[in-house]
Amino acid sequence: MRFSLSPKKITLFNKTRILERQIDEFFDKVAEAGLVFSHALKMYLAVGVCDEFDALLNQESDIEGKADNLRRNIEMELYAQTLIPDLRGDVLRLLEDMDKLINMYEGNLHRISIQQPDVPEQFHAGYLELTGTAVTCVELVVMAARSFFRDINSVRDHNAKVIFHETEADKLSSKLQRAIFTSDLSLERKMHLRYFVERIDDLANAAEDVADTLAIYAIKRRV
Amino acid sequence: MDLTVLILLGSGLFLGWSLGANDAANVFGTAVGTRMVSFGTAAVVCGVFVILGAVISGAGAANTLGKLGSIDAIAGSFMAALAAAVTVYGMTRSGLPVSTSQAIVGAIIGWNLFSDAVTDTQALAKILFTWMVSPILAGLIAVLLFKLTEWVLNRAHLHLLRLDAYTRFALIGAGAFGAYSLGANNIANVMGVFVPVSPFTDFALTEQFTLTSVQQLFLLGSIAIALGVFTYSKRVMLTVGNELMPMSPINAWVVVVAHSIVLFLFASQGLEHTLAEAGLPTIPLVPVSSSQAVIGAVIGLGLLKGGRNVRWSVLVQIGTGWVVTPFLAAALCFVGLFFLQNVFDQQVYKPLRFELTPQVALRMSARGVPQVAYADLIGRSYESSGALLDDLTRHTLLTGKQVRIAIDQAKIQPLEITRFKLASTDFSRLNEAQRIALQLLEGQQYQYAWELADALSALSPQWTPRPAAAVNRSFNKRLEEDFAYLVRTFEISR
Repeated sequence: MRFSLSPKKITLFNKTRILERQIDEFFDKVAEAGLVFSHALKMYLAVGVCDEFDALLNQESDIEGKADNLRRNIEMELYAQTLIPDLRGDVLRLLEDMDKLINMYEGNLHRISIQQPDVPEQFHAGYLELTGTAVTCVELVVMAARSFFRDINSVRDHNAKVIFHETEADKLSSKLQRAIFTSDLSLERKMHLRYFVERIDDLANAAEDVADTLAIYAIKRRV
Repeated sequence: MDLTVLILLGSGLFLGWSLGANDAANVFGTAVGTRMVSFGTAAVVCGVFVILGAVISGAGAANTLGKLGSIDAIAGSFMAALAAAVTVYGMTRSGLPVSTSQAIVGAIIGWNLFSDAVTDTQALAKILFTWMVSPILAGLIAVLLFKLTEWVLNRAHLHLLRLDAYTRFALIGAGAFGAYSLGANNIANVMGVFVPVSPFTDFALTEQFTLTSVQQLFLLGSIAIALGVFTYSKRVMLTVGNELMPMSPINAWVVVVAHSIVLFLFASQGLEHTLAEAGLPTIPLVPVSSSQAVIGAVIGLGLLKGGRNVRWSVLVQIGTGWVVTPFLAAALCFVGLFFLQNVFDQQVYKPLRFELTPQVALRMSARGVPQVAYADLIGRSYESSGALLDDLTRHTLLTGKQVRIAIDQAKIQPLEITRFKLASTDFSRLNEAQRIALQLLEGQQYQYAWELADALSALSPQWTPRPAAAVNRSFNKRLEEDFAYLVRTFEISR
């Protein structure tokens, strides 16, 4: 006769473990969306809308859809099993705010694909630098959010970095806009280019907003 | 057991029910209030562990109450429990924090006053001191436990969800411990006054395991507590949960554990024996207030976090409760006993006699009370300990301790070691030498309990108290309990 371990013993904290993994996967998606975005922007500036750009756009939509599913599933489980009753409201808002960051990445790629702004080469470096800083901001806020779940004391460290990079992004955005408006492009082109500068800078602003609320949640979570 | 007895026990069951309805919230209130544990789980765990605690470890605190005043007629016990229950109910209705411990102590003193029995001031002082200490101790334990928990959690880096899952388990565990301690410590309040008049006889479940009459009484009382938990505590749990200070589940855990440790410390005979054997000072076994232990723990945590969240008005309320509860219960009990005796013609206490015979005088001098101090009173007899006390304080200069010795020695307590009673004696609690000595005394009669003690002591060193030293404390205590059991068993009912 063969004996096997009772499955109940193994599943004691199994649901918790599955949910932990889903939350980690969700944050992976946010970070991945940033990488795809910066890659797509680089591609657009180099060759414009092409098959590869479209593929990246599709990939971004795909990430957005999966992240949405994960988020819904996590929220359902939290409420169905009345997990972390005192903090689940905060966790819910955190996940939704993070999800908005993915939506912003995807929306920006769509706007580029539809409006196809004509960016003169002299501004490429400025756009790339701004994008890099904004994406870093989001990556740092992802780290802060992960810390909220695992290591509450380092939320503060990550938040400090988010704030620093957001200020950097603001400086880069102003510098780029000033360069655009002092150039001899026509006003409608200037305004079109400015629109995209602001959209990219908004990513960093949104990341900073998440960091601010996260700081409050972290205080609430303290033992 | 006839119906009257059950009706008379009813007041104790009512008190048990209200204890379950109110105090279960101290154990599971925050867990249920914060929705970490469902009410169903909480009620089942609480009910089961209250019963276990009461039956297994309930005796220690009950002994102290017995010392304060030994109510010797079941109608008297009925009124004491009823007075306590009405006080608890009334105070709860008027929104004052109330403790069943304080109510029952007040009621016992009311009975002492009515029956003109002397209240043991030493036991009373011990109880009052414990009441002052228990909230402070709970606060200290809470602070230490919080610091330790914080230290561990800051290093463990648990995922929020994992921490949540562990906290649920910990809350249920702490609740079980809390319910056990509550049962062990507070069953004395509910059923303590019925111990000397227990209508039950010992009952052997198996050869090794006997349910004593006291345990049966405690079982009944704890079932009443469990009923209180199931039928009425949900509302209290949901409202009380966050009343004092908003708390996180982990803080709630700290509070429940601190509360439970305090209740356990003041109820555990096992711990008392261990401490005594190690030569350490023991902790008095006294019923303490579960609510006040919780309040102490919450205030301890509040102070640790800067004291801004603590509502100090609660402290004033506790103070009011401390003063009002015992007085109210004593007054109610006194008036109730008067009606029970004079209107309903019930015996609320047994007539006692105290006689200062030359024999008693000899024993008193052996215990450091010189005969010359009360020579005029030798040969007199008294109807109550109060009357003896009056005479001694009026005509002599004896100290309180010497008066206590006189009351103990002069109490007439006719005993007879009959074959019939020997047959129903629970010998499992006695050792071989003790058993043989007891059986040799078959057919003997005694006027004073100490005569039996002397006779037993002459037959076996196992019945002889050892010199008062820390190492002998647990032997002597055990001997005292065994002897009290013999007196209960062989007393000639009057």
